[in-house]
Amino acid sequence: MAQKYKKLRVRKHTVVLNRSAGGDAGIFFFLTIMGIFMFIPMYYTVIQSLKPLDELWAFPPRLYVVNPTLKNFKDLFRLMNSSSWGVPFSRYIFNTVVISVSGTFGNLVLSSLAAYVLSKMKFPGKGWMFQLIVLSLMFNAVAASIANFIIMSFLGWVDTLWAIIIPAWGSTLGLYLMKQFMDSSVSDAVLESARLDGASELRTFWSIAMPMVKPAWLTLIVYSFQGLWNTGSTIYIYSEELKTFSYAIGQILSGGIVRAGAGAASTVVMMLVPIIVFVVSQSNILETMASSGMKD
Amino acid sequence: MSNKVADAAQAAPKRAVARKDMSKLQWTLKEMKNNWVAYIMLAPYYLIFLTFTIIPVFVSFFLSFTSFNMIEAPVFIGMDNYARLFLDDDIFILACQNTLIFAAVTGPVSYLLSFTIAWFINELPPKLRAFITLIFYAPNISGSAYMIFQVAFSSDSYGLVNGWLLDLEMIDTPILFFQNASYVMPLCIVVALWTSLGAGFLSFIAGFQTVDRSMYEAGAVDGVKNRWQELWYITLPAMRPQLMFGAILAITGAFGFGGIVDALAGNPSVDYCAWTIMHHLNDYGGARFETGYASAIATILFIIMIGSNKIVNILLKKVGQ
Repeated sequence: MAQKYKKLRVRKHTVVLNRSAGGDAGIFFFLTIMGIFMFIPMYYTVIQSLKPLDELWAFPPRLYVVNPTLKNFKDLFRLMNSSSWGVPFSRYIFNTVVISVSGTFGNLVLSSLAAYVLSKMKFPGKGWMFQLIVLSLMFNAVAASIANFIIMSFLGWVDTLWAIIIPAWGSTLGLYLMKQFMDSSVSDAVLESARLDGASELRTFWSIAMPMVKPAWLTLIVYSFQGLWNTGSTIYIYSEELKTFSYAIGQILSGGIVRAGAGAASTVVMMLVPIIVFVVSQSNILETMASSGMKD
Repeated sequence: MSNKVADAAQAAPKRAVARKDMSKLQWTLKEMKNNWVAYIMLAPYYLIFLTFTIIPVFVSFFLSFTSFNMIEAPVFIGMDNYARLFLDDDIFILACQNTLIFAAVTGPVSYLLSFTIAWFINELPPKLRAFITLIFYAPNISGSAYMIFQVAFSSDSYGLVNGWLLDLEMIDTPILFFQNASYVMPLCIVVALWTSLGAGFLSFIAGFQTVDRSMYEAGAVDGVKNRWQELWYITLPAMRPQLMFGAILAITGAFGFGGIVDALAGNPSVDYCAWTIMHHLNDYGGARFETGYASAIATILFIIMIGSNKIVNILLKKVGQ
């Protein structure tokens, strides 16, 4: 790897940049150590899920598996189908899918509209409206949970899925990224000419601006989906039939020794979805992130 | 609508004169009326945003001056909640300490780590860069994958760390990692760091890619001697917007990871050794229904979070100067 890296550098630059071999070696060393630290826990999770029972409880514990088996995954599905849940397990999955899909869809529609308005239209109040959104990135929503509970009970949404779905529609990170992306990649001149041709704002938004910000849609979808997919137990929901997949996985994980294998398998199932989504959309996300910076 | 824009364009010079004849309020109202479409398009998002993100801050602030239990009407008690927090509640003081230690370690370290890694991988070939990005970013999106640390550091001999230490005969009895106050905080910080390379990290990676390459070459000609000078004089100033964005996410993250502590060390953690303001808030708000008191805690948390963001903002403006 180190060699490939060197060759490429010589090939790409006409002016030789100031790079020392010692620096390159140091960087390589640092990246390797950090990479191992980041990777081992993920790797170990997968390995644990493939271990048969006797290897899970072998001494000394091993970082590798001798006889890999899918038994833990079968156990997981058997556990899911067991009647000990009070509601059918598919109900948890259904809830998570409903929350993730409707939350993400609503967020996409409302945030795109808002991002277009904040980025490309001029009207009184625009400045502070966006500043308020930036300000909200500065505090963690958990701090607002008690007050939110009061608002939810006032609206009568406590113990309904609305309590999770509707706030997701107004989440800020996706809107922020989309607005910044529009600032840098949708030219005002194109929109202006569409307006002069008589297109309504809604039409300009939909047929001119939207197709130009596809990477930002995808990024918003990924972020929103990941967040909602991992929704666990919240203070807003107490009925068992409204709880989520992540919550049920937590119940399996807390089942102790007998479920160690199934627990590891469930973590793998849970983490595969966001990771695959990220791998598929990585280049689009990075394209969006290029304009994420905050101008002062 | 269609003609309106064209009319507006033609009428532009006329309007500029007209503005002088109007008071500021009249002008604003006229502009608002002309741009009613903007408000209609923005309204659905903004109403939800206000209701669930901004109004709660104000609700917390007002309730923090009351005694309120969610059932009876709130009673105004002035600054009593704050007095009680700072003078009578030892655990809150402990929670403040813990939160500040957590944040002071995880925030800067995760920020620097994100930046350093993004910087180091910047010159690698794209495929390799994408792969390394995935390795470092995956823990952040993997939900409860950090629970593996509980397996690795479990308190019996089957835990990875205890098993190895026992096998190497470095210890006689397993260490109770998550039941021992002196291990809980450092371990939770390590786990938090493990999960902390998120959107800010991606923003840095993308930011490095957008720095104009010819600037480096110009810098090399102008006498930039090594990669540190290059970083300070060329890269950092060019990336200041990304640095701001990353800092905001790092700070917000650093104050919000009570969930990891609960999952690993239990709630409450032994001797409250990893008890954070977030835990205190949930304890009084969720379990004891002292909503007024909890609101005072939330208000302090808001002030700390926004305050640290503003301070870091000021510091970042000095970068590369």
